[in-house]
Amino acid sequence: MFSTIRSRLILTVALALLSLWALRPRQVSRLVTHDGVSHTDTVTRFGPNLGLDLQGGIHLGLELDQSKMVSTDPKRDLELALTILRKRIDEFGVAEPTVQKSGDDRIVVELPGETDPERAKAIVQRTAFLEFRITDKTQALERALPAMDRALRAAGVGVVPGVPKPAAPNAVTQLLGGDSAKADSTAVTDGILSGLIRPAGGAGYSPMPGEYMVPVGAADRVDSLLSIPSVMREMPRGLTWRWDPETVSIGVAPYRMLYILDDKAIMDGTHLEEAQAQIDPLTSGAIVTFQLDHSGGRTFGRETAAHVGDYMAILLDGRVQGRPPVINGRIDRRGQITLGNKTMEEAQDLALSLNAGALPIPLKVVEGVEVGPTLGKDSINGGVLAGLVGTLLVILIMIGYYHWSGALAVGGLMLYILYAVGALTMVGATLTMPGIAGLVLSIGIAVDANVLIFERIREELDHGKNVRLAIDEGFKHAMSAIIDSNVTTVMTALFLFQFGTGPVKGFAVTLSLGIAASMITSIFVVRTFYMIWLQRKPALAELSI
Amino acid sequence: MRFFHNANYDFIRVQKWAWAATAAFIIPGLIMLIVRGVNYSVEFTGGTLVQVRAEQRPDFGHIRTALDAEGLHGAELQEFGSEGSFVIRARAAVAGTDADNTSLTRAAVVRALDVVVPAKADGQKGYIIEHSYAVGPKVGAELRTQAIYLVMLSFLVVLVYLAWRFEWRFGVAAVLATAHDIVATIGFIALMRMEVSLVVVSAVLSMVGYSLNDTIIIFDRVRENLHKYKRSDLYAILNRSVNETLPRSILTHGTTLATLLALLVFGGEVIRPFAQVMFFGVFTGTLSSIFIASPVLLYIEKRWPGQDVKGARSVTTAVPATTAAATR
Repeated sequence: MFSTIRSRLILTVALALLSLWALRPRQVSRLVTHDGVSHTDTVTRFGPNLGLDLQGGIHLGLELDQSKMVSTDPKRDLELALTILRKRIDEFGVAEPTVQKSGDDRIVVELPGETDPERAKAIVQRTAFLEFRITDKTQALERALPAMDRALRAAGVGVVPGVPKPAAPNAVTQLLGGDSAKADSTAVTDGILSGLIRPAGGAGYSPMPGEYMVPVGAADRVDSLLSIPSVMREMPRGLTWRWDPETVSIGVAPYRMLYILDDKAIMDGTHLEEAQAQIDPLTSGAIVTFQLDHSGGRTFGRETAAHVGDYMAILLDGRVQGRPPVINGRIDRRGQITLGNKTMEEAQDLALSLNAGALPIPLKVVEGVEVGPTLGKDSINGGVLAGLVGTLLVILIMIGYYHWSGALAVGGLMLYILYAVGALTMVGATLTMPGIAGLVLSIGIAVDANVLIFERIREELDHGKNVRLAIDEGFKHAMSAIIDSNVTTVMTALFLFQFGTGPVKGFAVTLSLGIAASMITSIFVVRTFYMIWLQRKPALAELSI
Repeated sequence: MRFFHNANYDFIRVQKWAWAATAAFIIPGLIMLIVRGVNYSVEFTGGTLVQVRAEQRPDFGHIRTALDAEGLHGAELQEFGSEGSFVIRARAAVAGTDADNTSLTRAAVVRALDVVVPAKADGQKGYIIEHSYAVGPKVGAELRTQAIYLVMLSFLVVLVYLAWRFEWRFGVAAVLATAHDIVATIGFIALMRMEVSLVVVSAVLSMVGYSLNDTIIIFDRVRENLHKYKRSDLYAILNRSVNETLPRSILTHGTTLATLLALLVFGGEVIRPFAQVMFFGVFTGTLSSIFIASPVLLYIEKRWPGQDVKGARSVTTAVPATTAAATR
């Protein structure tokens, strides 16, 4: 295998093309959630993933805080916390967050690009809170909408036709921010809110009281408009609004559901004893059954009996979980939440979250790192510059000392850099600051194998062997030293990978891939170069080494 | 161009000088370590570090006063690289058990800076927080144990591999040489009053790998020469092997130092400690491969002459002094 120059060249080029392909700029589409509204965002990326220390962001290490409440089953509680955190951070609005268990008792949260550590901590440390609320059936919002629109106009939102828009942004447009707000406020002249909020229904979606649909893109805006004090005053007493975070398609258009609810919950998670995910034997759909404690059961029974025929919204952390079900009769300690067409997995998630809401073991921050975006950029630039200068110095040394043979090694070195970075990208390794340093350093060390080989060739030449034989013997005899010295390094790296965490792990990956790449280039590729050279000059009497 | 071509130095004879040189680093370093303790970074001790960049470096006295007003006594202030950049370190020596307490420090630092650093004309803050780090002491202690644990484990792996590929004597000698490198590097770190951070630990781990490489390459030559020159004793073979690998050592150390130099000059403030430690490591690694690993191998061989030896044979006839004369 690979005895001919042709097959060797094909492999070399194939590896180079593979690396180039791994390094190609790629469009990454990612889900970005902003204040509960999700949209996809496309960014261009190339090269390996950058660690938090290079791209900036926030890293939090969390543990169960047992100082106030001792966990009876820490393992289960940590799983619970993990599930809740994942969900919450998805709603947090950070691109490509990482939430994972680290060791037995820690959760690591990484939020690339995030800059406010206090906000990140606040989101992470909140515990899930369950409540049940009755939806409004008096059509209170429809009746209040005209008054709300009037209040908005009075506040200067919604421009009267013919009157030029005020140049200076007032408080409200500042609140809304962005271009979409400007475009909308000129388009909708009367009744901003009544133009955006409609009772839910249509296209196979049966209406229910207290449910309203808002086009997905306008949800943020509606929420901030409703939050304006003068608008809020028009909301009928005793009622409030909550959103369902999921997007619902009615007909072809995507909507977010807005619910008008009693501002008092009839029950909350403090009375919850246990929740379980199950399959409903009748409909074979996923359900979550729950059990309340005795006093909770009494209250819940009384309230549900009073609201038979009404709809009851289930809220977690203030967000409505699916369409509110109708109350068919008095519910006491045991109840069930029907999830419609959701999967069993989602039911389990909900059950986990509910249990956690009932059993709030707070999390404490044991580690918090914040890296500004400029710091990482400086490090990358410094690393790249150092890499370039280092490479140049190595090239000078190699060519100065080994002449033509050195030039072949430099060719191998160039391929080494390409292969190493390509492989890092391909395995999805994360490049960190020590990783960059290691990579630059490896440029100096990668030529070691060639140095060993060249020194050996020189010795063989000293012994009076001819060029061809000296090269063959040089490669052959240098091999054991190269293998032994590198195998120990790879073994150490594997250990680092197995037992280390975070930065140490990244370092181990960089190290092992670097060694693999340098083995290929300095032994295989440089040998191929020699073969080509000898083929061109078959009668070579003196080797430039 | 060829350096040290056909060199024939009696390296092992001058080992005492090399030992003296390395002791000159290790002994004061270790004394320093005992007197002052390890200067662990916040990552390892727990505490808070805030790295700030401002247009102009504000007066440290003013910042200290502002920090004292926040109840942050004894915070360390230090310039960091370019002008206007500095770090504030507050160690969680007294505070509670998790980073919640220490990250309150960040908030206090921000309030203090708001007082001291004047805002820009457009109302923006006059400074940027480039990096902040808050660690509970428990996490720090864990990291510390992990680092030590990892180094020990890697020793074990190397020992087993070398015992399999060469012989246990080689493994022990290589590990002892590497242990020397680590002690010497710790001495260097203490002498330079460097901060022991994760970056420095990575550098020490790299240094361990590099130095082992170096030792193994010499040992590989020893193994080969043992077969080749069956008449020579180990002393002569060790010397010959070191001499034969000398040009390779010079070249590889040269290219490695070249990249390290580039990292030192251009790599930036964060990578600098890595480059410094590795720079030292290249020297101590070279010295230890020549002057520690080989003599140790010789000593083991003399002390426990091996019947089970695959490659190395005991020094049969004479003590080193006379064989040295014979070699010359």
